[in-house]
Amino acid sequence: MRRYLRLLGIQLRASTAIALQYRVEFLGEGALSLFWSLWSLVPLLVVFGHRPAVAGWTFDEALVVMGWFTLMKGVLEGAVNPSLTSVVEHIRKGTLDFVLLKPADAQFLVSTAKFEPWRVVDVLGGLALFVVAFHRMGRVPSPAHVLAALALLVCAAWTLYSLWILVVSAAFFVVKVDNLSFLFSSIFDAARWPVTVFRGAWRVVFTFVVPLALMTTYPALALLGRLDVGTAGLAVVGAAAFGGISRLVWTRSIGHYTSASS
Amino acid sequence: MLRTIRALPTLLRVGFAEAVAYRAEFLVWLLSTNMPLVMLALWSAVAREAPVGRFGQEDFTAYFLAALVVRLMTGAWVIWELTYEIRQGTLAFRLLRPIHPLVAYACENLAAMPLRLGLSLPVVAALLFTVGERRLTHDPFLLALFPVTLLGAWLITFLAMSIVGALAFYVDSAGSVFEIWMGLFGVFSGYLVPLELFPPWATALARALPFRYMLAFPVEMLIGLQSRQRALAELAVQWLFVGLLGACAVGVWRLGLRRFAAFGG
Repeated sequence: MRRYLRLLGIQLRASTAIALQYRVEFLGEGALSLFWSLWSLVPLLVVFGHRPAVAGWTFDEALVVMGWFTLMKGVLEGAVNPSLTSVVEHIRKGTLDFVLLKPADAQFLVSTAKFEPWRVVDVLGGLALFVVAFHRMGRVPSPAHVLAALALLVCAAWTLYSLWILVVSAAFFVVKVDNLSFLFSSIFDAARWPVTVFRGAWRVVFTFVVPLALMTTYPALALLGRLDVGTAGLAVVGAAAFGGISRLVWTRSIGHYTSASS
Repeated sequence: MLRTIRALPTLLRVGFAEAVAYRAEFLVWLLSTNMPLVMLALWSAVAREAPVGRFGQEDFTAYFLAALVVRLMTGAWVIWELTYEIRQGTLAFRLLRPIHPLVAYACENLAAMPLRLGLSLPVVAALLFTVGERRLTHDPFLLALFPVTLLGAWLITFLAMSIVGALAFYVDSAGSVFEIWMGLFGVFSGYLVPLELFPPWATALARALPFRYMLAFPVEMLIGLQSRQRALAELAVQWLFVGLLGACAVGVWRLGLRRFAAFGG
């Protein structure tokens, strides 16, 4: 365990060092993602410009969901996406050999291979949205609710990561998987809306198949103090299940890895 | 010119064969065009109690299904090939051929259309059956105009992609410039929100930008939100943009090629 923590530290340091080399890009990308966070508010503003509430969500509450979406997007694109994209590259080129040879768990190594620290801007943007939303509501979330929200944040990040592992495992079978990642982010985009807005098939898909509800709506509800204990428990169980399944699929899939010679 | 026209059938055939060869990839790309359906679900929820502006639930269904059809049929992906080939230097092979690379790219993209059409036609059927004919325009003139507007929309998409892609001759990250373009597209094309529902100044601004003519214009015409006169006027603007972007694309290419140095290859 200690060894893995140290490894994580080393990988983080390496990523930061690389990011610091490209300082101009850091500023450019940071400004760009700030612009994106604001830009993605446009549909929200239009919707709530016509209605005071949609499916039981007021503008301020929907803003909290949007905050979680921005935050999770930062997590996805800063900590999950970069390393797992490089796994796909490894599999395609056959260089995964070098990872497998190292004396540490392969899933851990590939998952921590690369971070993009400037995505912190997104996380800060999400926090700023929380501040704005709660300021408009004229109240402060209680410490218990913040704790619950943090616990769900861990669940959400874990689910997101597990889903990504599942996607990457597909790369062992169908080599061209970069467009699968594109598909994934296009689906993730729907997470900016509270899941109760959707009905019928969409609700089922977004709650159970691709649990967007778990990633943004439930943490937002927790922060607002509206999440009941049962749902929270189910969220934790769901995240754990996703983690277990993805680990199982990963170990199975890696058995199918046949190194490519160039 | 004549040589290019003679080469067209072969180019299209090759492009179609490629599209068929990568059909799984193709399907994933199609599936990732799910945004209109998500927005449809959202706007239906908003319009559940009362219509928004002149949009009721049925109008939203018609609008976003039509948007999906238009989006599927006007897709282009030349920018990814272009930036990749410029960076890798493999563009050199294209330059050796006696046709303009832009024509070759256009053929590759167009040749995939039959496959796209096969996949998006069921959507058209769903559109017709669920929304009924009431929401679609009955004017035969406007219906005849629809393919022309689609072609215009596709040309704007393709040419804009070529121009942004040609930036790769100058800078490394043409991709992020295109991201900005896509962001503007999302808002000003009516892809996420029907343009009418914006505040009036934003609607007016959208009329002056090319994005509207890539999506909202054909869609609004198809679901009968526009009179003949308006449609003709907008068609003129659309093709003005096509001409403008076409001239721009050719110019940028000529300038960019001077800087092109094939690496490796």
